[in-house]
Order: sequence, then structure tokens, then C-alpha cells
Amino acid sequence: MDFEVLSAAIQKGKVKDVKSIVNQALEENVPVRDILEQGLIAPMGIVGENFSANKIFVPEMLMSARAMSAGVKIIEPLFSESGIEPIGTVVIGTVKGDLHDIGKNLVAMMMRGAGLTVYDIGIDVPDEKFVEKAEEVHADIVALSALLTTTMPAISDVIKEFERQGVRDKYHIMIGGAPVTQAFADEIHADSYTSDAASAAEYAKEYLTKKKAS
Amino acid sequence: MTPKQFTSLAYDTVDDFLYGVCPNPVTCKNGMVIGGGIIYPEINFTLPAMEATETTLPKAKDIYKEIIEGVLDKALHLHTPGIVVEFETLPQYTEHPEWGIEIFKILRSTMYEYEEKHGLKSVFRMTPNDLREMNRPPIMRSGAYWESMLKIFTETAREGADFLSIESTGGKEINDEAIVNADLRTSIFALGCLGARDMKWLWSNISKIAEETGSIAAGDSACGFANTSMVLAEQGFLPKVYAAVMRAVAAPRALVAIENGAVGPSKDCAYENVYLKAITGTPIALEGKSAACAHFSPIGNIALSVADTWSNESVQQVKLLSGFAPVVSMEQLIYDCRLLNKATEKGHARLMRDLLVESDCYLDPQAYIMKPDVVFEISEEIVKEQSPFLRTLHTAIKALDILDRAVENKELIIDEREENWLEMLREQVEEIPEDEEEFISEMKDELSGKRYLPEEYGI
Repeated sequence: MDFEVLSAAIQKGKVKDVKSIVNQALEENVPVRDILEQGLIAPMGIVGENFSANKIFVPEMLMSARAMSAGVKIIEPLFSESGIEPIGTVVIGTVKGDLHDIGKNLVAMMMRGAGLTVYDIGIDVPDEKFVEKAEEVHADIVALSALLTTTMPAISDVIKEFERQGVRDKYHIMIGGAPVTQAFADEIHADSYTSDAASAAEYAKEYLTKKKAS
Repeated sequence: MTPKQFTSLAYDTVDDFLYGVCPNPVTCKNGMVIGGGIIYPEINFTLPAMEATETTLPKAKDIYKEIIEGVLDKALHLHTPGIVVEFETLPQYTEHPEWGIEIFKILRSTMYEYEEKHGLKSVFRMTPNDLREMNRPPIMRSGAYWESMLKIFTETAREGADFLSIESTGGKEINDEAIVNADLRTSIFALGCLGARDMKWLWSNISKIAEETGSIAAGDSACGFANTSMVLAEQGFLPKVYAAVMRAVAAPRALVAIENGAVGPSKDCAYENVYLKAITGTPIALEGKSAACAHFSPIGNIALSVADTWSNESVQQVKLLSGFAPVVSMEQLIYDCRLLNKATEKGHARLMRDLLVESDCYLDPQAYIMKPDVVFEISEEIVKEQSPFLRTLHTAIKALDILDRAVENKELIIDEREENWLEMLREQVEEIPEDEEEFISEMKDELSGKRYLPEEYGI
């Protein structure tokens, strides 16, 4: 199994090639964990680095992410028998009263590209819906987005809803959006703030990796 | 109303394509003329971080009162010949039109008071939100959100709003996903097929309100399309050449508003306004360096080069060292306009325009696409056709031709990672058939089960 070939296919966003190589690897009895870690996640790391170094744009990164997802989908049913656990689960949405979704979508896509399981519950999301979904999917992270100065306070309402339902400590709450700052995050007791989509995905992955190791 | 048709440009020569003046100026009730020789500042503002609810409405009203008095005092102090004030409502104030109308009345009455007592001329641009996208998929032509929009438009027009504007969202539900993929083909469908059909319906309705109330149907903005692309390109997420093409392809959609009753000044954040002005001769609002309080752009100077009102986009009521941010914006806009009006008075308007253009145009494809000669070249391509779809498709091809030529001639320098994208975008556009019905059918198949309702666009 030449992981370089699979890596190149991921980096170029070649969905068909990735599917074919992954199927072939399974036929050759290559361990599922190796396919996942060396063949699929590692090249996405390179794609992420290329994006951070301003060598490629988001559409190219999304093509790679789609190719990676196609590969993951093939091996996913074999995860439990291979002892593979997902890195972590994120519930993401734009808070009540706010219709902006592009920034939130970018964060979701980049988190998926980093190997996280992401549930995107949309825009204009009521406070209780965040809690409901986080409980349902046993999320690790809840990511909240707002783009307006007048919807930013709704982020705080979501956190209060988690407190009201007595489940605040179960989740790491990340926040972001154009008017949001670290000071605001501190003020409303969010667990973390990141300033853009790439750093949000990077932070989430680091946090979950550390959490798993602890 | 029979839609207007545009088959040629409004100008004989690009030399006459200047700021502050246009072939079809707009005269307001108080005598202010937009596009009649003077460029006016246009101020916009919003609340600081706070919720917009019924409970906070009294506080919001106090803040808006404080803002309007602040900016009018500044305008008076700096001997401004006149200003435009835009009230772009928060979604909650359109959803509950009675709240928005209360705030409108505070702003409008204060402006009347300053005009009466101090002779400060001002006109009011009312911009409700396009709430129709609150339904997912959006319901475009009926329902509670549409009714709220109609109510706030009608009531404020009746109560003294001079200009009616909106940043409409027809097709945006499809375009949002297309943007992050730099999917120009889907964007052409969103703008040229869905957006254009919605604009015709929407602006026929707004123009009817304007006619009945004596207000002015001013114009729209493809903010959620071209500006989103620009902001994402500024962040390094999307190729700048893609954002430049998106700017040009937003123009045919914008033209539909003018064909269906709008007369200008079109909305400030619509940089595609430059093509509108070239084709229709109507006045336009624009924003650039003085809107950095709201968003960054690579077109800070060139955007001012043919503007008729000059805006700050929006700024929240927060305290800076000198004073509150809207007052700071007011001062900046006034000085920008004062300089340009002085240049006109001294006979140097063309020189001033060219300085504004040339200081930006070779540094970024999004600026290059706004060069007056390029604007004319693209506008001439637009008026060759009457179908918004064909206009949009041909504009994309023309914009790509122009950018290719500029790069080849080394007139425009683009990043290495941008270079492949000109070819990739052209490949996307070349897949689009010239037959609109065939294209719609293709896209309906591709987008089936996705986020829009074809029947809401009459297709």
C-alpha cells in the first residue's frame, strides 16, 4: 500500500481515486487504522498546512475534505472492530435571531476536514435546541456563532440554557463571529474563542486530542 | 408599469463618467439633488452589543436619538451642504415593523428639526431587512415576513422616508454554498435566473409603494453575493479573481431594479453600482476606505471615483477617543466629500477621479474590474442582451477575458495561487448552455431537494 498515492489523491480532491484506493487497501488487508491515520487524516493535515501557508484556497480545501470523507465513509463501518474511536463530536449553529451561515459553514467544513464528527444544526437556532442536540449526540464541543452586535448577546443565552438545564459542565463551549472577542467570551464564561474558521478547527482538534489523552 | 429597457450606455464618453454627477439625477422633496454636481456623505449606524427586543426598545430609542443628534451636530458644525441618513433596520425591527417605525420617527423628526431650525438639509434612506430568507427554504412572495416588510416600507414612506432600499436575497439560499466552493456556475444560476426574477417582482412592488407615497424607489445591493465573496477573498479564503468576477456578474441582477422602477441612488454596499451608473445614468451610493469600520476591502479609493453619495456602510454606537463612532464616521465622510467637491469646483474632477482609480486598480483584480474604461467595456456587453440570464453569463465571460488580458499584459499582478483559477472559472462558465430553459432544467436536477423552492421564483 503506497500511502503517497492516496495522499496525492486527497490533496487533489479526487473522490473517485480515493474510493478506489481505499477499497483496494481493504482488499489487501491494510489495517483500517493505518488507512485512516496515514492515508486519510495525515494528507488532510498537509492540506490544512497549505491553506494556512496561503498556498491554496477554501474551495480546494473543501475538495480535499470531500475526497477524505468519501474514504472515511468506506472504512467507517469497520471502526468499532478495529478499536477506532472518533476524535470527538461537535454541535455547531448560529444563534437565535441571526441568519448568517457562511462563517459557521466554513468552521463546520474545516472541523470535518480535521476528522471531527460535526452536527450542523443551522441558523436562527433556539437556545434549547443546542442543548437538545448536544445531549442527543453526546457532543464534546458546542460551537456558537453570531455575526451581529445585536445577536451576540444570544450566545450568552445559550450558555445560560446549558446552565439552567444543569448540563453546562458536560460541554466545552466555543464561540466566534465578526463582533465576538476574547473579552466577550470571558464575560459570558464561554470556554474558548477563536477568531476565524481555520483556528477554530485547529483549536477544536487540539482540545479533543488533549481531552482524550487525559 | 412597463419595464424600462437599456440597450446602450447613458454616456457618450468615459471622460464624463465622474463622481457627484450623472445624466439622470434624483431630486428630493427638500430640493437636494443626488447626482446633480455635488457628492454627499451618507451616514449609517447601528446599536452597540445589545439585544433588540420589546424590553430593550426604550433604550434603543434613546441610543438612536443620541446617534442622530450627534451626526447632525457634526454635519452642521462642518458646514455640510447636505447629508443622507440611512436607517438599515435590524431584523427584529423589520419583523416587528411597529418597533422599526417608532425608531424611524425619532430619526426622521430630528432630521426635520435640524433642517427647520438650522437649515441643515438631509434626506432619509429607509432600508428594511429582507426577512424572506428566515423561512428555509425561503418563501419569497407571501407570508408573515413579506407582510412585515411591506408594512415597514409603506409606513415609513408615508411618514417621510425619501429613498426606499433593500439588500434583497433572492437566490442567496443557493449562492451561500456556491460561494465557499467558488462555484461560478451555480452563482450564475442564483443571480441571473433566481435573483433576477425575484428583483423584478420585488422592485415592481417597492416602486408601487414609492409611487403611492411620493417617496423614491432607490435601489438594491447584491451584498450577500458579491460582498460576501469580497470579504472572504480579503480573508484569503477565496481567489480574488473569483470575487472580481462575482462583482461583475452581480450587475445584470442589479439592473433589473432600475428596469422595474428604481431610479437611484442605488445602495451603498453595491459596488456593482458602477455598471448601473454607466448603463442607466442614475445616481449611486458607494463606500470604501471610510467604511473600514464595518469591513475591509481592496477598493477603498476606486469606489469613491464615480460615487454620488459616499457612505460608511455602518458603525455601532461605541465610544472612541474623539467621540462616538457614528460621529467619527460622519466627520470622515464629510471631509472626503468636501475634498472631492472642491476638486470639482476647481475643474479637477476628472483628475481626482483618475487619482482615486489609479491608486487602487492595478493592485487587485476587484479594483481593476471597477476601472471606468473596464466598467464601460463590461456595461457594453451587458446591454447587448435583454435577458438577465444571458447578460449574467456573458458578463462572466467578458470579465474573465478582461482579467486574462490584464494579467497577460502585466497590467495586473495576481498571486501565484490565483493563476489557475482564471482557467478553472472559465471551464465552469463554458459548461453553461446559452439556452436559459436548458440551464434551468440542468440546475433543477442538480439542486433538487436542496434549499430553494423553484415555484417561489416562477420557474
